[in-house]
Amino acid sequence: MSLTGGARIAPGTALLESEGLAVKISHVTKRFNPNGPDVLQDISLSVRPGEFVSLVGASGCGKSTLLNLLAGLEKPTSGEILTDGSPTLMFQEPALMPWLTAGKNVELALLLRGVPRKERKEKAQRLLSMVHLDRSYNQRPHELSGGMRQRVAIARAIAQERKVLLMDEPFAALDAITRDLIHEELSRIWKETGLTVIFVTHNVREAVRLGQRVALMSSRPGRIIQEWNVDIPEPRRLDSPPVAELARVITDELREEIRRHA
Amino acid sequence: MPDSSTTFTSTPATDDLGQLESGLDNLETGSRQRPSIKSSILKLLSPLIAIVAVIAIWQFIIYLQWQPEWIIPSPKAVLDSLGAQAEQDILWQATFGSIKRAAQGFVIALLVAVPIGLALGLNKYLRAIFGPLLTGLQQLPSVAWVPAAIIWFGLSDATIYTVILLGAVPSIANGLISGMDQIPTLYLRAGQVLGATGWKKIRHIVLPAAWPGFLAGLEQGWAFAWRSLMAAELIAVSPALGLGLGQMLDIGRQLGDMALVLGSIIMIMAVGVLVDRLIFSPLRQRTLRNRGLAR
Repeated sequence: MSLTGGARIAPGTALLESEGLAVKISHVTKRFNPNGPDVLQDISLSVRPGEFVSLVGASGCGKSTLLNLLAGLEKPTSGEILTDGSPTLMFQEPALMPWLTAGKNVELALLLRGVPRKERKEKAQRLLSMVHLDRSYNQRPHELSGGMRQRVAIARAIAQERKVLLMDEPFAALDAITRDLIHEELSRIWKETGLTVIFVTHNVREAVRLGQRVALMSSRPGRIIQEWNVDIPEPRRLDSPPVAELARVITDELREEIRRHA
Repeated sequence: MPDSSTTFTSTPATDDLGQLESGLDNLETGSRQRPSIKSSILKLLSPLIAIVAVIAIWQFIIYLQWQPEWIIPSPKAVLDSLGAQAEQDILWQATFGSIKRAAQGFVIALLVAVPIGLALGLNKYLRAIFGPLLTGLQQLPSVAWVPAAIIWFGLSDATIYTVILLGAVPSIANGLISGMDQIPTLYLRAGQVLGATGWKKIRHIVLPAAWPGFLAGLEQGWAFAWRSLMAAELIAVSPALGLGLGQMLDIGRQLGDMALVLGSIIMIMAVGVLVDRLIFSPLRQRTLRNRGLAR
């Protein structure tokens, strides 16, 4: 079944189902240049359906490359990636189409998924109210704040009805107050939809606040060096003492890792 | 444990988080500024200042009696000449005849140029092969094609449309290509993630994203179509071709009627300005406003 080079991406296979997983990354290595350094080295990660996994690491750990591999935008050099259906991906930028209103942006996802015209508007409206943007259907992206745009992007991602949602530092550009609220929003939506989420960030507290599991990646080459289960009950806050405590433990490890590059 | 379905039941925005967010949203998005009626009227009337100034200078030159009337006729003589043409119904026939031809030629040019532009914008090999040819055609004044077209098609409509097409197609196609070149990668990546492929990608991502550049190409294409038509009408004069502003200009030349010549030139310019004001300018404004690019 494997393609040349041993690299394979196979969405939605029975194999995953039999193992009870939504995403399985096995021994994935990625080089952009055949003779160049490994950007990702021997990454293995299994994610259960409905699980929320945060990936943290310093610059150069290849977090974004890993997400691009998962999203199928790039191919691994070696190793295997299995996902339950093709995942959707949210970028750091909302990446809304500026020629469409907020509502039409959500409708575009529905249209491309093949939802009949008659149902689109109502569905889009419902998805917008899910992210508390009931009144923004007719607003254009440039009329919305950064946080509102990213919420439209969430609504658009949900509209795709994929099982796996990949998020590439989606809140990095938001101010602290907005980010705090959008964290709550995302936690709630994740619970209500049962999505499997892989959330990449370089903000350790954010990783702990949102994730059920946090994986720490090393830089150059990018490898997963340690994982933590986050057994902190909801509602969590960025400044909840247990969140801060675990974040400190992870940050210490992260610093240790960065020091290696001094 | 969340259930595995991704269907969603909506939550009314009456909950605490909803209130917080709508409060913050209102704080972060100011009220929209609509241009006031006064400033819109001012904007509409301000070109009149230039027109009044030009007529004033013109009248002043007439007042100096620097040149005889048959070389520089007065504004009133030009107006009277146009009035006389209007009375004989020639002015409107010529004006609408030209506009109709230019519009038909432009639509045909659009139908030819869009597939060419798409093909060259999407395929870098086609682009490398045919791009320079297209740019060469765009540089060439399409008047240069008039003699060739007359030899090929005689004094017929085919000659006129050939010249219009050769004038407009390269501009429209190049506009579409440069619009496609300027699409931010982010939109293409977002489109890919949303599952837009093939024709759907072109229809829903590439064409709308390329629209600002394409619109500039359309404007230029129209200007070239209009110019080419005037040149063709001026050179290819035949009763079989019907009346146009170019022909009216040529009649003025043959009669040595400078008032009619200037009147025709003014009409040709006026049509150009009107088409911009009524069609392209609103489209441009709308595009910039919708995308948040208006200043």
